[in-house]
Amino acid sequence: MFLKKFALAGATAALLGSAAYAADCGPNGQSIRVLGSDFPAIQALSGTAQDNCAASASEFVISLKDNTRDFMNQALTPNPAEYSSVIVANATLTQLMNDGLVRPLNDLVEKYGANIKPNQLITIDGNVMAVAFMANSQHLFVREDILAEAGVEGIPATVDEVVAAAEKIRAAGIMEYPLVMNMQVGWNVGEVFNLFYLAHGGEFFAPGSAEPAINNDKARAALADIKRLAEYANPDYLTMASNETQAAWEAGQAALGIMWGSRGGAILDDEGATDAVRGGTVLAAAPTAGDGSTPAATLWWDGITIAANISDEEAEATFAALVSAMTSDMVAEHNDDAIWLLEGYKPGPAAAGVSATAAGGAKPYPMIPYINQMHNALGAELVDYFKGDESADQALADVEAAYMTAAKEAGFLK
Amino acid sequence: MKNRTFFWFILPTLSAMLLFIALPIASVFVQSLHIEHEQVLVVSESCGPFGCRETTSVDTEATEALREERPLGRFNGLSTYTNRAHLAFAEVGEAWRTTESFGDFFDRIYNLRFYRALIFTLTYTAVVTPLVIALGLAIAIGVNNLPRMIKGPAIFVSLLPFLVTPLVGSLILFWMVDSDGILGATLQWLTGDPTLSLKASATLTWIMLMVYGIWHTLPFSFITFYAGLQTVPEDTLEAAMIDGATRWQRVRHVVVPHLMPLMAFVTLMLLMDNFRVFEPIISFQAQAHATSLSIIIYNDLRESGNPLYGSAAATSMMTIAGVVVLLTPVLIRTWRDFSRKAH
Repeated sequence: MFLKKFALAGATAALLGSAAYAADCGPNGQSIRVLGSDFPAIQALSGTAQDNCAASASEFVISLKDNTRDFMNQALTPNPAEYSSVIVANATLTQLMNDGLVRPLNDLVEKYGANIKPNQLITIDGNVMAVAFMANSQHLFVREDILAEAGVEGIPATVDEVVAAAEKIRAAGIMEYPLVMNMQVGWNVGEVFNLFYLAHGGEFFAPGSAEPAINNDKARAALADIKRLAEYANPDYLTMASNETQAAWEAGQAALGIMWGSRGGAILDDEGATDAVRGGTVLAAAPTAGDGSTPAATLWWDGITIAANISDEEAEATFAALVSAMTSDMVAEHNDDAIWLLEGYKPGPAAAGVSATAAGGAKPYPMIPYINQMHNALGAELVDYFKGDESADQALADVEAAYMTAAKEAGFLK
Repeated sequence: MKNRTFFWFILPTLSAMLLFIALPIASVFVQSLHIEHEQVLVVSESCGPFGCRETTSVDTEATEALREERPLGRFNGLSTYTNRAHLAFAEVGEAWRTTESFGDFFDRIYNLRFYRALIFTLTYTAVVTPLVIALGLAIAIGVNNLPRMIKGPAIFVSLLPFLVTPLVGSLILFWMVDSDGILGATLQWLTGDPTLSLKASATLTWIMLMVYGIWHTLPFSFITFYAGLQTVPEDTLEAAMIDGATRWQRVRHVVVPHLMPLMAFVTLMLLMDNFRVFEPIISFQAQAHATSLSIIIYNDLRESGNPLYGSAAATSMMTIAGVVVLLTPVLIRTWRDFSRKAH
């Protein structure tokens, strides 16, 4: 009996010792179920949390999927919810908050938030709704070697300069379509419009209401900018999203790209691209549009939320586990997986583009309850303009009409 | 059969049909008459890594209270059916009043998502259905006349497209028609136009989708007709031969009439299948040039973040109505044949 107890104590000590330090995992024996998108930064964070706290939890499940936003509302609606935490971004937090599916975290931040910096807290009306851990944005990818070959000096900083550089590359006969952008019909087309519209200083809605306000000169200028750039993109550009543009870049088929910062690490690593592509690739700030100084990009964050429909103990254990991973040790181990907002992060070459874009004053992606309806209308109705079937005025009028139909049905407009 | 016996005989089927077909359709219909409650919005300050700003958010408690009270949402009558995302009565009327030529009117109509989807869906159904029937019959007769030795392998090969999962099949074709793919590059070489892109042209996208549709459903009509061919009476065929009928005349006057009931069956199945065309459009990333009714339902439910159930339900009801309209002629014909035989 004594021996058995002794052995048990030893095993427990060994288990505790195996974690790098005694992480504070909150209440014991709780079930922790994390849902998130499948990319390296989220794998690192959730994996570290699991290493720290799986031993003290009754179960620790991580589900990372590509289409999280399609079903997360349904998964969090029942009580108890299917997941105790969802890792979200700006737009997806709104989607959960619209249905009231995530809980305020103020007391949990107070209890477990020693590692959390104030700028990580996503606060709405004084309530902390999410804790961000990484940033992301679109920015300019450049093949310096090809620009030099075409006789372009320096890295293009404005839309005009990007267009001029693309023209020089085409004129030099190096590439017919030197530019890649994520313009796949749907969400991606809508997002590209957002980049340039925000860079021109546009607002999506009339102040303080859900009435659309995008049929204006700023939107027309944004559309014209995108069309000038798209002239230099492969004619198939309306079918290309991140995976396709990254592949085209790694295959050496493009010299200028407007792509997500989170793709930078994947392009610069030693898989996929040839040495020439990797060596020549430079990540720079997103180009500015018009006479303005705002980079054409939207700033995004990714952060953790805690489900509303679970017990307080489960919520506490989940929060403690995830926060226990937000340390400089985790960052040191996975430095190049993300633009971390955490202590100890050393920005490497893969982070240069996002850092420069954020420093240039790019706007965050709007956190407004009805932005999803607007984004969806943009993604569906602008396509005719890019195909050349429709004028900018008609396309923007269509967007407003489509948005109003959807917003009325969703109860945002009368 | 006595009415009583008949009732007990049919009861299990009838209750299953009620439970799994009638009830869901009724519930979708009820859903289509409702829209979301008005959202109670509050303006507040939101802060994050990129600074603070004024934003609006939903007062979930107040909205939840409304929802508790009436879980189905606000009653909206048939307004969802007539709004811009569906039949768009107001927009169509406006277009009719303000346009001069029929071409302009058509352009305006084609700009509305429901009609755009309907036009592609109907074109797809009208092109793919007859071609699949005609080609399926031709292949079945061809295979049926093959020597015994190669019949088996020929049947197997003809069935292959049916074995490929639609999503995978269309994805493979999508890669092949890419300007770097084998078909896309060959086309560029043949036409001498290095900028030719199948994916960037609406006409070529439509043709590609329909060719894919024919390729994928052909085995279904082929194997059905092939099975039917095994029952064609030899005596009648021989009699026709003795009367000096040519091969074509035998097909036209003996085989086809014999297969008519099967034709009706295949037509019904194909009409229903083709009218809800969906997978190839997703796999081909073809939404820029072609959308179908199923695509706009999918879009309302999946792409818009918080789903628009009313809108999706209304489109679903109209899809069902469309299928009924398409099937009616075939059903009437079958019913007439049936009545004729019964008397």
